Amino acid sequence: MARTRIVLAGEGGQGVQSIAKILVEAGYEAGKEILYIPNFGVEQRGGVSIAFCQIADEKIGEPRFSKGDIVIMLSDRAIDRCCTYVNENSTVIYDSSVCSKKPECKAKNIISVEANKIANEQLSARVFNIIVLGVLLSATNVLKLSDIKNAMEMALGKKFDAKPELRDLNYKALEMGMGLIEKAGV
Amino acid sequence: MIEMLEKGPRLAKAQNAEVGASKFCPGCGHGMILKTLAQTIDELELNDKAVFGCDIGCSLLSWNYMNVDTVQTHHGRTTPVIYGVTRANPDLVGIAYMGDGGGLAIGSQHLVNAAVRSENLLIIVANNTNYGMTGGQMSPTTMPGQKTETTPYGRDCDVTGRPAKGAEMVASIADPEKSFVARASVSNLRKLKATFKKALKNVDMGGFSFVEVLSVCPLNWRTNNVQTWDRLKTMEEFFEVKDFVQREGLE
Amino acid sequence: MVKKLITQDTRMFLTGNEVIAYAANAAEAEFMYGYPITPQNEIMHTWCKLLPKTEAGFLQTEDEISAGFSTIGGILAGKRAFTATAGPGNVIMQDAQSMAEMMRIPFVCAVMQRGGPSTATVIYAQQETRLTCFGGNGEGFRIVYSTAGHQDLYDYMIKAFNTAWKYRFPTFMLADGYQGKMREPVTLYDPASRGIKMVPVEATLGGANGSRPVNHVRNTFNLEEELMEVLDKYQEEFDRISPEIEEYLEYKADDAEVLIIAHGIVARSAMTAVDELRAKGIKAGLFRPITLRPLAVKPLRAAVARAKQVLFTESANGQLAQMVLEKIYGLQTPYSTLFKMGVGVTGDDIVQKVESMVKEPATV
Ligand SMILES: Cc1ncc(C[n+]2csc(CCOP(=O)(O)OP(=O)(O)O)c2C)c(N)n1
Ligand code: SF4
Ligand SMILES: [Mg+2]
Repeated sequence: MARTRIVLAGEGGQGVQSIAKILVEAGYEAGKEILYIPNFGVEQRGGVSIAFCQIADEKIGEPRFSKGDIVIMLSDRAIDRCCTYVNENSTVIYDSSVCSKKPECKAKNIISVEANKIANEQLSARVFNIIVLGVLLSATNVLKLSDIKNAMEMALGKKFDAKPELRDLNYKALEMGMGLIEKAGV
Repeated sequence: MIEMLEKGPRLAKAQNAEVGASKFCPGCGHGMILKTLAQTIDELELNDKAVFGCDIGCSLLSWNYMNVDTVQTHHGRTTPVIYGVTRANPDLVGIAYMGDGGGLAIGSQHLVNAAVRSENLLIIVANNTNYGMTGGQMSPTTMPGQKTETTPYGRDCDVTGRPAKGAEMVASIADPEKSFVARASVSNLRKLKATFKKALKNVDMGGFSFVEVLSVCPLNWRTNNVQTWDRLKTMEEFFEVKDFVQREGLE
Repeated sequence: MVKKLITQDTRMFLTGNEVIAYAANAAEAEFMYGYPITPQNEIMHTWCKLLPKTEAGFLQTEDEISAGFSTIGGILAGKRAFTATAGPGNVIMQDAQSMAEMMRIPFVCAVMQRGGPSTATVIYAQQETRLTCFGGNGEGFRIVYSTAGHQDLYDYMIKAFNTAWKYRFPTFMLADGYQGKMREPVTLYDPASRGIKMVPVEATLGGANGSRPVNHVRNTFNLEEELMEVLDKYQEEFDRISPEIEEYLEYKADDAEVLIIAHGIVARSAMTAVDELRAKGIKAGLFRPITLRPLAVKPLRAAVARAKQVLFTESANGQLAQMVLEKIYGLQTPYSTLFKMGVGVTGDDIVQKVESMVKEPATV
């Protein structure tokens, strides 16, 4: 039974839940079974924001899982919080242009990307999370680029129509993100 | 913009040095009110007498903000917890801090009865015209036409009644010989401090004080600095800022 | 009459709270009374957003005490009214729920559990199980459905209205913060298309215009014996209708050597665990009570008797286990427990626990 468990964690304001929503929406439209739990707490502001996503071919049982197949960490505090979701079968991806340290956990592999740096230097700080979405898309490898693009149109289409250059920018960010993982050879 | 009105000096003694200035959203009114309160406690040297209670609402984030003994209570129940304390130990200066929901909705029966009995405490209601903590629903003080999660098409006063005016309500039942009742605003922190001073002095004299503070919630209002300020000004037109009841001999 | 939004089968990708609002509309609910509390807020938000289309009613009250009692008022006036709450709100709504129990008012409430006691967490727990089944100063004349996902939320929210109005015991849909906030696919439908007819509602207060004698309904009695006479009748009725109401689900429980007993969303984790354990050659199975009040005692006892060991697992400290243990009194099957207070139980947690039970069997 194919099931991909994803943990996506960063600081509030990094847009973690927005890309999780695009990802799960894309999965849903592609006919997959999906289960998405946004973390929410009393101190929603300023805390670590975590999205737990599952994409599967068959009905999903447990809503929360112990270990993720893909665990993405976008800040030092996300690293501290999320190593508990990692085991020897997990792929860990962290942003070394945001984090000041490397995750110290036993994983199948630990990959560093520089989404933040690329966003700032080559594209725009605003599309940082879309680069991460591209990373996630290649790392999970269960959805097609067209699925994600459709979901992005659903979420951002109005903004794109108002400012067509935004569409190009976002798609470019998405593809650059995918390229980061392909380079890492996963 | 709002913060600049009074440049925060050093940390007040009554503020917990280990907790950064802001546990609240950027630009939130709670931080301004609490900081002003802490400065007032310092200036009146009530540091050893003050006992602070906070509600559930964004006020709960202040559970370790003050450098005085503090209890976080249930939503709406801060008033009875704190008058329970001062009934048992009248030497203490009890402060009950809550939002407009905590004070005027779920805690309104306690507010009414505390005022009628002239319970010995200061009740502060931070009025941000919505339920901040739970994500921005209508509160008793939501302005006519204001959009919230439970009035998505704007507050319709024909259906929900008019916004509650806390200070006026309390003023109408408070004992003029034992009470201080006022409304202030975070738009003028110097004046807010003067108001808190009278309120705390009155409590120290054994009286009942109520201060409603017009506050801001940029997160749920979805406003930038300029819009936040404008909204606050509109609120001040609707909710009169003044001292409503002031017992004799209080300055 | 309210306008129904779902007229044909519609597959959607929603949060649980949204599903509940849609279900209440599908059940022709006419009025919601409520007070904000996480994690049920979006039931209200969705209900409010849909009002122009549904033409239903809504009142945001000043707290849950009044949310509960005004719901009762709405029902007495002959509306299919409901409310929803959680945690500390559920605690203070016990007052109204208790009156509904005594006066046989078809009170419907969705409970989205969060951590407790007190304000605790706003996220998730199964710690309102006992409160929802037995809260108030009474005997628990209540019907409680425990759901395990979005399809359940839709199905049982609709069912709750009919159960309440048919049997006139307060009826609860007990879910939790995960179910309220998570998103998964669900099929919404018009109940009529499944042969479900909504039980007609009628007014106790007002609207008779001389067509019946005036009603006097009360909750107070003078004599001990007077009270007992009423409660004995309630108990007898509750026992009599229980077999019609009881629901449960067994998953690979027929030949299970280790029988897991869990409710709500923890039962879903148990299903994941059962599959993994079976793949490892361990005969595990699940018994999931869907109605917690009343419990399906006969099949429960049969399943426990068949098993070599039982595992109780909950996101609470054995609130369901207590209720079950009383009903399986006399059986000799030993049991173990995996209780995580206010924290989710994962499939892995259960797999590890069952493996350890197989190595070192339970003795209690
Ligand atoms: C009995 C109970 N009901 C509901 C809640 C949920 N709740 C938490 S804070 C809050 C409202 C907060 O609004 P307000 O008092 O105005 O404070 P603010 O967050 O706006 O400062 C509510 C309804 C609760 N904690 N307890
Ligand atoms: S939600 Fe509103 S009241 Fe609460 S901390 Fe943020 S700005 Fe302040
Ligand atoms: Mg408020």
